[in-house]
Amino acid sequence: MTEPTPRQARIAALKAAARERILVLDGAWGVMIQREDLSEEDFRGERFAAHNHPQKGNNDLLILTRPDLVTSLHDAYFAAGADITETNTFSATTIAQADYGLEDAVNDLNFEGARIARAVADRWTEKEPHKPRFVAGAMGPTNRTLSISPDVNDPGYRAVSFDEVYDAYKQQARALHEGGVDLFLVETVFDTLNAKAAIKAILDLEDEGYDPLPLWISGTITDRSGRTLSGQTAEAFWNSIRHAKPFAVGFNCALGAELMRPHIADLSRVADTLVSAYPNAGLPNAMGQYDEQPHETAHFLEEWARSGLVNIVGGCCGTTPDHIRHVAEEVAGVTPRAIPERPVAMRLSGLEPFELVA
Amino acid sequence: MRPTFINVGERTNVTGSARFRKLVVAGDYAAALDVARQQVEAGAAVIDINMDEGLLDGVVAMRTFLNLIAAEPDIARVPVMIDSSKWEVIEAGLKCVQGKPIVNSISMKAGEAEFREQAVKCLRYGAAVVVMAFDEVGQADTAARKIEICTRAYNILVNEVGFPPEDIIFDPNIFAVATGIEEHDNYAVDFIEATRVIKQTLPYARVSGGVSNVSFSFRGNEPVRRAIHSVFLYHAINAGMDMGIVNAGDLPVYDDIDPKLREAVEDVILNRPQRTNVSNTERLVDMAPDYKGEKGAARVVDLTWREAPVAKRIEHALVHGITEFIEADTEEARAACERPLHVIEGPLMDGMNVVGDLFGSGKMFLPQVVKSARVMKQAVAYLEPFMEAEKEGQPRTSNGKILMATVKGDVHDIGKNIVGVVLQCNNYEVVDLGVMVPADRILDEAVTNNCNIIGLSGLITPSLDEMVFVASEMERRGFDIPLLIGGATTSRTHTAVKVEPAYKRGSTTYVIDASRAVGVVAGLLSPTDREKNEAATRADYVKIREQYARSQETKARATLADARDNRWRSEDDQTPAPAPSFLGVRTFSSWDLQDLADHIDWTPFFASWELIGRYPLILEDEVVGEAARDLFGDAQEMLKRIIAEKWFTARGVVGFWPANAVGDDIVVWTDEGRTEELARFHTLRQQIKKANGKPNLAMSDFVSEDGPDYIGAFAVTAGHGELEKAAEFKATGDDYSAILSTALADRLAEAFAEALHKKVRTELWGYAADEQTTIDDLIAEKYQGIRPAPGYPAQPDHTEKATLFRLLNAGENAGMALTESFAMTPPASVSGLYFGHPGSHYFGVGKIDRDQVEDYAARKGMDLAVMERWLSPILNYDPAG
Repeated sequence: MTEPTPRQARIAALKAAARERILVLDGAWGVMIQREDLSEEDFRGERFAAHNHPQKGNNDLLILTRPDLVTSLHDAYFAAGADITETNTFSATTIAQADYGLEDAVNDLNFEGARIARAVADRWTEKEPHKPRFVAGAMGPTNRTLSISPDVNDPGYRAVSFDEVYDAYKQQARALHEGGVDLFLVETVFDTLNAKAAIKAILDLEDEGYDPLPLWISGTITDRSGRTLSGQTAEAFWNSIRHAKPFAVGFNCALGAELMRPHIADLSRVADTLVSAYPNAGLPNAMGQYDEQPHETAHFLEEWARSGLVNIVGGCCGTTPDHIRHVAEEVAGVTPRAIPERPVAMRLSGLEPFELVA
Repeated sequence: MRPTFINVGERTNVTGSARFRKLVVAGDYAAALDVARQQVEAGAAVIDINMDEGLLDGVVAMRTFLNLIAAEPDIARVPVMIDSSKWEVIEAGLKCVQGKPIVNSISMKAGEAEFREQAVKCLRYGAAVVVMAFDEVGQADTAARKIEICTRAYNILVNEVGFPPEDIIFDPNIFAVATGIEEHDNYAVDFIEATRVIKQTLPYARVSGGVSNVSFSFRGNEPVRRAIHSVFLYHAINAGMDMGIVNAGDLPVYDDIDPKLREAVEDVILNRPQRTNVSNTERLVDMAPDYKGEKGAARVVDLTWREAPVAKRIEHALVHGITEFIEADTEEARAACERPLHVIEGPLMDGMNVVGDLFGSGKMFLPQVVKSARVMKQAVAYLEPFMEAEKEGQPRTSNGKILMATVKGDVHDIGKNIVGVVLQCNNYEVVDLGVMVPADRILDEAVTNNCNIIGLSGLITPSLDEMVFVASEMERRGFDIPLLIGGATTSRTHTAVKVEPAYKRGSTTYVIDASRAVGVVAGLLSPTDREKNEAATRADYVKIREQYARSQETKARATLADARDNRWRSEDDQTPAPAPSFLGVRTFSSWDLQDLADHIDWTPFFASWELIGRYPLILEDEVVGEAARDLFGDAQEMLKRIIAEKWFTARGVVGFWPANAVGDDIVVWTDEGRTEELARFHTLRQQIKKANGKPNLAMSDFVSEDGPDYIGAFAVTAGHGELEKAAEFKATGDDYSAILSTALADRLAEAFAEALHKKVRTELWGYAADEQTTIDDLIAEKYQGIRPAPGYPAQPDHTEKATLFRLLNAGENAGMALTESFAMTPPASVSGLYFGHPGSHYFGVGKIDRDQVEDYAARKGMDLAVMERWLSPILNYDPAG
């Protein structure tokens, strides 16, 4: 046997930790960056000072122009008790960065984003060896959908092709891998076909000689109907992505914890892998701000944990290190959800699940 | 719902549903979506989507339809089965579905490597797969082979690829039983046994199949077929079959089947020992007609039509093409009529009118109509002596007299013969002058016979010019009767742009296929509507000419110099094929016809009868399936006779020579010294402006400019004997068999070219000695090297055939010759060049400009005007302008 690489050792530690306790993911980055009240110049930095697109709001770009700020946010969440931090690369694909004219910076964004998070996590692990810290490479949904036409008069039209989404994800995943992430987090999936393109891209990386990394997929139930934006139920969504053999599956964003609960319960019943949940801090108020208090969020998630619904919790839009601190404290010591054994069956899906039991 | 047997809906399958195919081909996706919706509403748990249709770009159709389904929640709620024989169509489908679909299908047909690769892709896209019991050797027929292949596939998938076993569905091939061939008797048992073993030994795997195949021999007898399906499924499901493509709503409940029928069916399905002195198959065949009517009603339909009055019987015989009783019935009718002519004008014409109506409304198809004509001719032949004897016997009145001819230089007449028969069926008198008819003879005969219409036919491109010439001669000689244009190479545009302007005094009409001929002729001979119809066609053609003129203006072409700069070049890792096993020519004086029969590509055969669809799926088509099956049965029977009685002789010649490209020409050397020029092939270069780095191709690009490289050539025919045989049939009034034999000779010639090409690749040239290709691969042209023929898109110049024939000495070596238009005789012939370069591929030259034509004429040493005439179909300019 060859000696495991440091990353293989970390992945083993991650899996071991998940068996022992409920893991905590970090919270929102948007709200924290907003608080900094950054100017157009802050976003551009020196490197992009002369770029011909406005960059304000391109949060991912801060990896290259304000690495100090990105480092401090990783630090803040680890200090709050998070086990896993996400790279600041939610929109770091050529498709999403096209809005900013920064397709060329995508490799740097992902590589540097991973490198920064890696350095912070390693520093915390060294300081607290009993609680190793991990880096999840964040891969957002892009701003294009593969299953939905943007033109109501032409339902067969698509603004982007599978191959384009696939290529964009593959490039992102490759750079995140090289930058040192421990796992991939394909998140805020509102169109499962986009996620399937990401899965294919990530699995195909093995053909290029990249070590396989754990894959975490987090969908988004957009409203009370209990469906993704592209129309799937929780179970249909799971059937669509199960071939990825994900390390974890869950939901995030769109809903606060209160409204997300039934869907997480559904998923928890059918998914024979770890289940994650990182809801928003409630629903936004009239001003677009989230005002669910840290102890409120923590209260919901603690109940889920005790009910055996989840293995990983965290926060999405509107959550802060304070929220994460409360969450981490509340779920500490709670037994993580046991992974259910399900009868072997052919499980297919359209918008709804289909099962043919043996 | 957790059903135990899954019915896969197949109404959204272009090969299974003619209606769906028509909608998709017509681009009516809204109505096509309704088909899908109805299926889901009717309870389909999974919908099978198949776009394998020659007229469709499968990738585009699959993508379009799946994208549209995604916008219809009431359809998209169920999983889809992405069904295609083409991997690229499957992959395009996989890129469109957010759910988890089933891929139908993959197999080891092309070996383990491709199977593994496709399985890995299915796994990574997230799909269950149907795996056909098909390996490098072929489709599994016995239980042992089915089990062996499925087990091997299972082990590869589960142990090597990591495929979840619960996502594997085996299709161990359901084949027809009760075919009368003893080896087929156990096919249902083989499937059921294989299913049982697969389910026992391959954990979690599923079994599926296309159920309707099993009852194929009872086509036309739906009640018996349904009983067979029901009994088969009863046993197969008990053995563990999980899903199937079957119209389940249609099936009788096993217990409701008449016990006598059920026992007979069960004996056949389970291949039990025979109970009586006849075999199980014969027993069921004997019993089957009793059940053809309403379920359980024991009446013998076959005989009931014999009980009808004689006129009805004649109608039935005509509609169903039954010659068995026609003479007796005609005699009975004659005895009842005052004059023999009244039989023709009465019951026979009435019956043919029914045939005409059924054909016109799409309820009958060409092969059936031609069979009707055979019945008609026999009846008329029977009556003729009586009419002769009748002194005052006058010719019967027809609807009109049509002269038909294949023009000078052209030898093809299948289409023309079919049109002739269809017209005769509709009481038109047809004067058929045959093939290679010069213009003056056509016009003389038209005058002599008092013809009302002249119809011209042609298959090869030089015939287009000859038709223009005939039209101009009609003008010059003062004709004013309508002129009809038809045949494979003709088009509405050519007729409007070139033919019609040459014949101003009369009207010219393009007839797209035989099914339109009667309507066009009736319209042109109608005393009341003729002028209106002619005016409408004229107005139409003015528009087409305007459109054509506009399209001419916009076509940008590259100069010849620029096109040459952008020539195709071999990839670095591609090397020319090595030296052939011999140089010079080799002849084949009598290739085994059975081998050729095995290489036949049937799809074009059906197309020549205007039955459009891919073989073998066309046999199961819900609209034309019955017509296709009958035709196919007749063809198989005749093919057996062709082989056994040696109707045709397959002769051919093949040759190889050292060759090098010089500019756009290919120089053929006498020997390896490569100094003495034996012949020179001239090739044409694409001049369309290319983008994306695509080259402007000429065939010379596939031959090295220096160093050792080679070219091959061939000329083959299966037509020795073809004309004699067709004439024999025609003499007995059996046009159906005449046309069928000609069509089969054509297919055998094409198969000869295919079989010889394979021998060339693997043996004679031998650059692909270990090539493993199935018949399907051959038809799909999945191999290294090409065999382009002069007169086809890669070399549209027919005159190159002269060089080819000289080089091969095809006259002496294969008994083949060229007409003045460079059509080959015998008609069932194929010739062409062989290119062995791994990068060589088929292409179309497209339109070319004056600079190339001038250059080409100079290279060939031909007069520019003559060259322009030969190349007129591909000129990008008007030589007169």
